[in-house]
Amino acid sequence: MNRRLLFTCVHDMAVAIAAVACPGCDLLQRIPPLQTGGKARCPRCGDVLAIRPANTLERTLALIVAAGIVFVVANTAPLMSLSAAGLQASTTISGGAHEMWLQGRELAAMVVVFCTVIAPGAYIAFMLAVLLSARRTPAPRWIGGLMRGAGLMTPWSMPEVVMLAILVAFIKIAALATASPGIGMYAMGVLVALLAAIKMTFDPREVWRRVQWAR
Amino acid sequence: MGKMIVSCQTCGLLCRPAAAVEPGRCPRCAAELALRRHASLQRTWALVVAAAICYVPANLLPVLTTNTLRSSESDTVLGGVIYLYTTGSWPLALIVLIASVMIPVGKLGALAYLLISIQRGSVEGSRKRTRVFRAVEFIGRWSMLDVFVIAFVVALVQLPPAMTAQPGPGVPFFAAVVVLTMFAALSFDPRLIWGGFAERRQRDG
Repeated sequence: MNRRLLFTCVHDMAVAIAAVACPGCDLLQRIPPLQTGGKARCPRCGDVLAIRPANTLERTLALIVAAGIVFVVANTAPLMSLSAAGLQASTTISGGAHEMWLQGRELAAMVVVFCTVIAPGAYIAFMLAVLLSARRTPAPRWIGGLMRGAGLMTPWSMPEVVMLAILVAFIKIAALATASPGIGMYAMGVLVALLAAIKMTFDPREVWRRVQWAR
Repeated sequence: MGKMIVSCQTCGLLCRPAAAVEPGRCPRCAAELALRRHASLQRTWALVVAAAICYVPANLLPVLTTNTLRSSESDTVLGGVIYLYTTGSWPLALIVLIASVMIPVGKLGALAYLLISIQRGSVEGSRKRTRVFRAVEFIGRWSMLDVFVIAFVVALVQLPPAMTAQPGPGVPFFAAVVVLTMFAALSFDPRLIWGGFAERRQRDG
């Protein structure tokens, strides 16, 4: 069989069996029908190809709304406060970036504010827009742009790292003076749990299934 | 050109590209199609080298200065780890040591190893190398830990004249190391691990 013919055959087969290419290694394969709660991995490189949670869009929407509310609380309520020699101070999450900016570390301040506030906030906003617009039938074409936006923000949204940093900072400061945790710290913990739950309940294939396109 | 197919990087739809050079857009989600991430090896190498350069001042320059009525102290990243250790919280010292010293170095080493093995056309241990890349992707964000810790400490310890804290000149370099290695992991195309690079280079010249 010559090369051209082989490609044609592979292509027709791929379309016929609704195949996918693994994002990790490009192996063409068909994802079998999954049971609720099931997961499909690539047999060659082991990448997760698909998950199938129950009522994915409704549950993720509920979690995203909750995450949005908790995000606002986590960013406005004080994280922790400090008292020493009759003096008191407290801070919020963005207060860290603000103080760095004031002290002349603008670049580091921008990185901090992006990873702690802007990226998680934008991720929540994009996902909220995706899930609300996916409720229309058919889902609008521009949902692709929203999905890309959420995907772009994912690596930079790091609430779990922020959470650990808050704990480390708290212990460091407690060695210097009297420190007490604030509502923001607990809200951050809840946000970490909610965003982890969203990763496990969101099945993007369900969104794509609702998009109508010229075949 | 034969009838090639390309997988959309956003929605996973298999598409027929318009041409190998400019494959066009995905009919379902309108993402730009690409057979492989553009100039993946060159970009990743550039970012790895830049991060390695920033890593030197990031570790030599102080990252945190604490002023009290009696004294003023400047700490580097490693100094901060030692401070945590001597004040009795060794688990914390270990976390910061792993996040700020071992992860950046491990990440640079792992990416350099992956790039070299691809350029040498290695076909062995592809699954193992994919796992290395996935670990790099997953773990890289944790080295931002120390930057956040410094931000929170600096924001909170502002009780003049008793006690103040300032971020040191090493912080922007340290943040740059983390951001550059994250961009390096994002520009790396794991599909290159599974071969085809050597033949393509021969064909494309």
